[in-house]
Amino acid sequence: MIMNLFVRQIVQILLVIAMAPLLMGWIRQCRAWLANRAGAGLLQPYRELSKLLRKQPIVAHEASPLFVATPYILFTTMVVAGAMVPMTTTRLPLAGVSDAVALAGVFALARIFAALAAMDLGTAFGSMGARRAMLVGFLAEPALLMVLFTPAMISGSTSLVVIVRQLARHGIILYPSMAFAAAAYVMVTLAENARLPVDNPDTHLELTMIHEALNLEYSGRHLALIEWSVAIKLFVYIGIGAALFFPWGITQGHDLAALPIAYALLLAKLAAAGAGLAVIETVFAKLRLFRVPEFLGTAFLLAVLGLLVRYLFGH
Amino acid sequence: MTSLAAPINLLAALFLLVAFAMLSQRRLANLISLYAWQGTILTFSIAMAAYADHSAHLYASALLTGVLKIVLVPILLRRLARRLDLQWDRESLVQIPTVMLIGLGLVIFAFNAALPIAGVGHIINHAIVGIALASILLSLLMMILRATALSQVIGFLALENSLIFVATSVTYGMPMVIEFGIALDVIVGVFILGVFFFHIREQFDSLDIARIERREE
Repeated sequence: MIMNLFVRQIVQILLVIAMAPLLMGWIRQCRAWLANRAGAGLLQPYRELSKLLRKQPIVAHEASPLFVATPYILFTTMVVAGAMVPMTTTRLPLAGVSDAVALAGVFALARIFAALAAMDLGTAFGSMGARRAMLVGFLAEPALLMVLFTPAMISGSTSLVVIVRQLARHGIILYPSMAFAAAAYVMVTLAENARLPVDNPDTHLELTMIHEALNLEYSGRHLALIEWSVAIKLFVYIGIGAALFFPWGITQGHDLAALPIAYALLLAKLAAAGAGLAVIETVFAKLRLFRVPEFLGTAFLLAVLGLLVRYLFGH
Repeated sequence: MTSLAAPINLLAALFLLVAFAMLSQRRLANLISLYAWQGTILTFSIAMAAYADHSAHLYASALLTGVLKIVLVPILLRRLARRLDLQWDRESLVQIPTVMLIGLGLVIFAFNAALPIAGVGHIINHAIVGIALASILLSLLMMILRATALSQVIGFLALENSLIFVATSVTYGMPMVIEFGIALDVIVGVFILGVFFFHIREQFDSLDIARIERREE
């Protein structure tokens, strides 16, 4: 039985690491189709990663060990976060020991290291990017926590496993509070993953970039690890969203027979979310940086309204 | 009747959401569209109450609300905005996050005020009362914070929507005569205010309330 649990956990970790670039490729492909371009294909992120991994990383003379360590820390924290989310089964050792608040903490840890490493060399773009990333982060984090509290209130626990079990048991009921929370979660996901209304993921346009400014000084396998961790982060965010708002198909029992169906459903959810993300990114223009607090303020408001509505309706 | 509780609650939540969106909307044209959306939600909720109550006069009321608040009043307001050349005007609001936080405070106040109702009666849905009360307060806040006269009028119309919403969802409607009276009042009000705006602008060269007040001193 214990072997079984570990196998599930390891399979999920490997899946998250291996599939994350594919998700990125799918999103880029959808965006290309929406923009009437042919696109580079689903496997392009893998090609980019393998090329970067083969290249020699260049590190500045003034760089501290923190600068070199950060790509590995980012990659590890994101993999840990991926291991903690019940994406296909609730019977995961790591999902059981941690809850939604711990997950938010893991993301915060990664953000702090990314910002510190960007400021490490003292370049102008690095510090600017770090400041902007922290601005977005400190506005997005309370909104994320408020979003997580709504399903936590419904199911009576902050543990993602319990939330998934409770919500999946209730079946398809449209809670008004969950609709609010879902809308807020989409907004937080866009901001936290540096997607379009908040940050443009494709460009190195100096004056508007947030995320790209953080890893401007990285190259070679360091850059590959950062890009990979970005892909895993998006994968994990979509996984959390699927677990909270569409928990159907996540297996509860011990039998392995239901797992392939669960994985197929997860793939379908990821594909749908990726296509939706591409549509959002095509439809909306990038916000000015000083509009971002309004955007995330709205997300926070929606999440709090969800909590309040839940409190008022009592269900 | 209980089977309709979930959709009515969902509509109530959407109603509150639209009230917040109106509060934070800068552009007048979008504000008018949001008003039309609010009318749509209101129409649906009245139709649902009619279905639950099997009453013909609520169906008539839903029809009346639909024609008036989804079609007629938004068209009038749009025409007014176009003729006053205000359509794409951006209003200088107080900081939007601040407005939202004040709005949240009002919502918490309204919800708390509505909670004791749950203890008194079983028939009245206290959640609907709370949400309608919150929407009324948000509309009032919008009338206070807006700078131009036209958006203040929209705030007033939103206030009227909230009142109708609570009336139909909680008591299943008022007598037909009163509903017709209110509908007539709204349409006459919009017409009169439209004429008024032209006079105000001729007199003061602006619809900005703050500027009009300064002139008078």
